[in-house]
Amino acid sequence: MAKSQISMTVNGKKVDELVEPRTLLVHFLREQLRLTGPHIGCDTSHCGACTVDLDGKSVKSCTMFAVQANGADIRTIEGMAAADGTLHVLQEAFREMHGLQCGFCTPGMITRAYRLLEENKSPTEEEIRLGISGNLCRCTGYQNIVKAIQYAAAKMSGVPFQEAAE
Amino acid sequence: MIPGSFAYHRPKSVQEAVSLLGSLGEDARTIAGGHSLIPMMKLRLASPAHLVDLAGISDLKGIREDGRDVVIGAMTTQHELIGSDLVAKKVPILRETSLLIADPQVRYVGTIGGNIANGDPGNDLPAVMMCLNAAYHVAGKSGERRIAAREFYQGAYFTALEPGEIVTAIRISAPAAGHGYAYEKLKRKVGDYATAAAAVVLTMSGGKVGSCSIGLTNVAETPLWAEDAAKMITGSALDAATIKKAVAAAEAITAPASDGRGPAAYRTKMAGVMLARALARAKTRAGA
Repeated sequence: MAKSQISMTVNGKKVDELVEPRTLLVHFLREQLRLTGPHIGCDTSHCGACTVDLDGKSVKSCTMFAVQANGADIRTIEGMAAADGTLHVLQEAFREMHGLQCGFCTPGMITRAYRLLEENKSPTEEEIRLGISGNLCRCTGYQNIVKAIQYAAAKMSGVPFQEAAE
Repeated sequence: MIPGSFAYHRPKSVQEAVSLLGSLGEDARTIAGGHSLIPMMKLRLASPAHLVDLAGISDLKGIREDGRDVVIGAMTTQHELIGSDLVAKKVPILRETSLLIADPQVRYVGTIGGNIANGDPGNDLPAVMMCLNAAYHVAGKSGERRIAAREFYQGAYFTALEPGEIVTAIRISAPAAGHGYAYEKLKRKVGDYATAAAAVVLTMSGGKVGSCSIGLTNVAETPLWAEDAAKMITGSALDAATIKKAVAAAEAITAPASDGRGPAAYRTKMAGVMLARALARAKTRAGA
C-alpha cells in the first residue's frame, strides 16, 4: 500500500514523515518518532494509557490513524517538562502526592489531566473523577491521582493546596 | 492489533465524498470519529479497501438554529454537543445523553453522525433521536433526501442508508419550552453500553401530561420508539397505575439479547425501570 506523507507538530517540533494509512497514531509516535511515553495498554480505547493532547483535545492514540492527525499539534508526556528538565506542575504533583505506583497509566493520566485543567482551572473532586474516567489505574485506587490533580490545580492558580480531611 | 491495509481519502466537500463513494463502490467505508470503525478494523471484523474520511469537510460541522429546528452537522463531536449553549437551551436531553456516552477522550472525537448512522443498537443517541422525532439529512449520488429517525433503523448495523449515501446533518424540531426530559441509562461502569436505557420527553399542562414520547436503547436489534407506552402516558396525571401500564407496554416491545450485561428477561425489566425513572425525572423538570 502506498505510503502517505504527513506533517504535524509534536511537542513543539515540526515532523514530516511517511506512513502507511493503517498505522495507528500510537504506533507512529512510539515506533517512528521514538516517543514511548504514550503506552499501549488495552489497545481497545478503554484504558487511556495512550492518551495524548491533540489540537486541544485529549485523544486515545490507539484509536486514531496517524493520517487522521495530519496537520495536528500534538503533545505527549515527553513534551510536558521544560527544556531544562524542570517538571511540569502536574508531574511535580504526581511525585509529591504519590499519584503513581507502577507508573504505566501515568503518561495518559498526566496528559489527560493537563487538558482537564486547561478547561477547568478549579475542578471539584467529582469533576476530576469524571474527567479522568477514561483513564484506568490498577494500582492506586485513584485517591492519590485525584489528590495530585487537586495539588496541581491549586498550584497553577497560586493558592495553597489543602488536603481534604480523610 | 493492526488493521488491514487500505487507501485513505480525505475529500473537502460532501459532493466530492459522494462521488468518491460512488466510484469506489462497496470496498469503501466512510470514517467519522472512527471510535466504532477503528476497533472493528483492529479486530479485522471490518477490512475496507478504502477509507473516506469526512473530517476535512467543514460543511459537516457546527450547530445552528433554523426556525424552530436545531440543525446539527454530522461531524459535530459529542464534546461539542455537551459544550453547546444552544443544545443546552433547546434540546437539553442531547447534552444529558452525550455525557453518558463512553468517556471524555472518546467524546472529543466521537461524532453525532457516526453515533446515529452506524446502526449499533448499543449507541445512545438513536433512541433519543426517535424520541425527538429527528430527521436525518442524507446526501447520495441521486441528490439529497431526509429520513425520519423513526424509519431509519432496520436491524443491527442495518439502516435505511443506501450504499454510497452519507448522513450530513441531524434536524430536530425543538420540544416546547418548559418541556421535561430525561435519559436514564443503566450501565455496569463508566464507558459501557447500556444494559438498558430510556429517553423521555414530555410536556405537562394543568397537572396532566400534554404530550409524551419515549425511546429505548439497547433492548432490541434496533433502538425502539415506544409509541403505545407514550400514548398511555399522554393525558394522564402520571399516576402509579398508568405508569405501571405504560412500563408493561414498553417492556412488551423489547427483545434484548442475553449477554454479559445480563439475561434477556433482566434487561427487559431494566428497560421498564429506566422508563419509570425517566418519566418521574422528566415530570420534575417540566413546567406546569
